Amino acid sequence: MGMSTVQTFPARLQAAHHTAALMSKVSKNYGAVQALKDFNLEVQAGELTAVLGPNGAGKTTAIRLLLGLALPTSGRVSVFGGDPTALTTHLRVGTMLQVGRVPETLRVREHIDLFSSYYARPLPMAQTLSAAGIENVRDRKFGDLSGGQKQRVLFALAICGDPDLLFLDEPTVGLDVEARHLLWDEIRQLLVRGKTVVLTTHYLEEADALANRVVVINKGSIIAEGTPGEIKSRTAGKKIRCFTRLSTEVVQALPGVVDVQYDRGAMLIHTSRPEGVLRELLARDLELAGVEVAGAGLEEAFLSLTQEKAN
Amino acid sequence: MATTVITPAVALIRPNVIGICLKETKYEFLKSLRLPMYSVSTIVFPVMFYVLFGLIMGRQMIGGVGTTTYLIAAYGTFGVMGASLFGTAASLASERGFGWLQMKKATPMPPFAYFLAKIVMSMIFSAADVLLLMILGVAFGGVHLSAIVAVKLLLTLVAGSLPFCAMGLAIGYFAGPTSAPAFINVFYLPMSFCSGLWIPIMFLPKLVQKVALFLPSYHLSQLALHQVGADNGVPAQTHWEALIGFAMICLGVAWAGYQRDQKANG
Repeated sequence: MGMSTVQTFPARLQAAHHTAALMSKVSKNYGAVQALKDFNLEVQAGELTAVLGPNGAGKTTAIRLLLGLALPTSGRVSVFGGDPTALTTHLRVGTMLQVGRVPETLRVREHIDLFSSYYARPLPMAQTLSAAGIENVRDRKFGDLSGGQKQRVLFALAICGDPDLLFLDEPTVGLDVEARHLLWDEIRQLLVRGKTVVLTTHYLEEADALANRVVVINKGSIIAEGTPGEIKSRTAGKKIRCFTRLSTEVVQALPGVVDVQYDRGAMLIHTSRPEGVLRELLARDLELAGVEVAGAGLEEAFLSLTQEKAN
Repeated sequence: MATTVITPAVALIRPNVIGICLKETKYEFLKSLRLPMYSVSTIVFPVMFYVLFGLIMGRQMIGGVGTTTYLIAAYGTFGVMGASLFGTAASLASERGFGWLQMKKATPMPPFAYFLAKIVMSMIFSAADVLLLMILGVAFGGVHLSAIVAVKLLLTLVAGSLPFCAMGLAIGYFAGPTSAPAFINVFYLPMSFCSGLWIPIMFLPKLVQKVALFLPSYHLSQLALHQVGADNGVPAQTHWEALIGFAMICLGVAWAGYQRDQKANG
């Protein structure tokens, strides 16, 4: 398939003001598990790069390498042209990781006060609170917050040091639609202020809404890369919904079928060749009923990308 | 005339490390103070025991001094151990296990500030424990402590919290995020008993008295008892050496755990 991989340059030739972070031919093994394979990523300054993939694809591993929390088995990782583990790098980076439990007895403003103290030029408290939209809960203990508020406090901790580069690891996971959209607005504000953002997500909608650039990864490798529009156009598939007596196996085996699912008794077929599949269905099942054909959404596009690669 | 203004790169301006340590300690203290499981149990248990067995039931002499005086040293040691072990191990194990420590490691926070905060916080609670026992003893137990003795007893016990902080860090690196308190009690309670912190050592079976020689809690309690004139006559230096040796072993274990984490993550 037409896959555009990032070109890699020798470090010296990198224009520092264009590339905020770079991963070059990076592999990362955890014991026998290869979390990343020959992975290349170039993060342009001032852009939002979305790293998109299913759970276990290697997204968090990539973030951890960029943060210097893990070292690559092979290959090179650099942030602002320097070592990701260096203090000078950490001073310019803000992070939102997936945390199982945050100390619950500290108040929101206390968490922010502490994290702000780590940085040389933190934002004023009021600005951090308003940028994260949490002024109204500043005196609440973390443990008393709702899920959406907790995520926004973690977001505040990422931005409070006024970093140039932000890593947001699945920032909206577990949030309802409203809370997700609020956080998106806050992330867009960062871009307006000239910040660089790397965001991992398994929501295509999120990548589509925010990213300048999308990197789709699966099983530790990049399988597609481009603007959100390019990713979508590359996967222009259709969805056929119908009632049929044909078995999953038979339909799955038809040429051009990417995936078969069921929805309230109806079969949902995702395909890159809808006309051919329909002809086959009509020929094989004379009682075929309730046929609907629709453009595939982003989820289907993503599925087709990951499946193409697997086949 | 054109002037050249040299502006240092943002990355070269470092935040104030002392300021970070102070804030880290302040919030570690507030965090623990608001956690009844920690603040109430580390203060209430030694005090409750003291009131019960010292102020209410204690009428005799032990080791040449009044029971109420003897028990300040014994329950003081007990309190210091609890404050130090739970103050370090429980939060470290939980913050390690639930990813909070990783989040902090991704910031410019100097890692030692994190550990220092836990140790200082534990020492503050240790001091509070000892002060409370002394106040209760003097006010209600007929205890006579000169100011010098009181200060020396306090300093001894607070310094004695360090080996237990080291032990707590070691446990915190090997216990699971939620199992740490149980893990701590497996050591804490038998050690306290065998060191004579609940029942004075001379009333314990000979075998237990022999086991006590290998326990840091025994050595700290003897140092505390030494300050009130009720120790076993062994030179203080021996006890300090035992405590320092124990602290070194624990720090070694904690270091191994730290390295193991770095390796597993890195």
